[in-house]
Amino acid sequence: MTFLGLLLGGVILAGDANPLVMEHAVLMATVSQSAQQASDSALDARTSAVAEELRCPVCQGVSIQESPSELAGQMRAVVKDQLRAGRSPDQVKAYFVSKYGEWILLEPKPRGFNLIVYALPAAVILGGLGVIVFAVRRWTRPVASPE
Amino acid sequence: MNWKRASIAVLFATPLLLLFAWGFTRDPDVIPSPLPGREAPKFTLEVFAPGEAPLSRPIGDTVRLVDLRGQVVVLNFWASWCLACGHEHATLSQTALSYAGRPVHFVGVLYNDTASNGTKWIERMGGQSYPSVTDPESRTAIDYGLYGVPETFVIDPKGRVVYKNTGAIEDAKLRRVLDSLMAANAPSQLKGGP
Repeated sequence: MTFLGLLLGGVILAGDANPLVMEHAVLMATVSQSAQQASDSALDARTSAVAEELRCPVCQGVSIQESPSELAGQMRAVVKDQLRAGRSPDQVKAYFVSKYGEWILLEPKPRGFNLIVYALPAAVILGGLGVIVFAVRRWTRPVASPE
Repeated sequence: MNWKRASIAVLFATPLLLLFAWGFTRDPDVIPSPLPGREAPKFTLEVFAPGEAPLSRPIGDTVRLVDLRGQVVVLNFWASWCLACGHEHATLSQTALSYAGRPVHFVGVLYNDTASNGTKWIERMGGQSYPSVTDPESRTAIDYGLYGVPETFVIDPKGRVVYKNTGAIEDAKLRRVLDSLMAANAPSQLKGGP
């Protein structure tokens, strides 16, 4: 039963059918319901944001937010419960890291061995640019005309 | 020989070869887990499959990890839809029976499955010597960082995870872990078996 139903039921049971009181009760219940809906959608948005950063253990490179697997759904429920209990997104992620290791984070933290993941693409791009510059200079070098 | 080209090739090939060499030192079957060495996540789960005497527990009984402190606990996650679970079933059931009367407690945890499917599967497999429990919403499975089934955890008498096995467990491997734990823990530290 909704809060609105409970409130109206209470008013009717109390035998107070004053239209003004009824109107006030309905208004209060509507405000309360809207606040509850806003709070639920905010929690859902925070749950999705955390779930997008966690890897699905039974999938290939997919977050638990995107995965339709049963385990991913259960993990999303854990995320939601922990956020509802007042844990911060970082604390929720730390919980999953403590169970699965850093592997569970889709984006590994930039430290230690993980730095390679961040540095390697930049190094490859720089190397590629170097090769292109070298090749272009070689191709555009004026050919010495035979004397 | 063009020494310049050769040195560039060596420069690119060396890190790749080192990476491959490092890859060969790792066991592809081992999935790293942060749990071994840490305190085992606590659980309170309900028995749906009683097991057989002398290891049986009544259906509906509650298994709490805290109540098993002082004993070695073997926690095996399984499901009726899991093929590898069938391969290890006899091993686990017989090993549990052979440790009966000693401070070792085997618990099966049903993963993403129904109790009725689990019960039928146990009947089909010819029974299970130790009890199995249900894990609603897989909360305990997630607490143990489960990837899939079967996975087996061994918890020492102090309540720490000492070993994790992914896939069907081998009898010799399990006995080695259990025996080393029994030897490492003096009889006074170990509580009596179930």
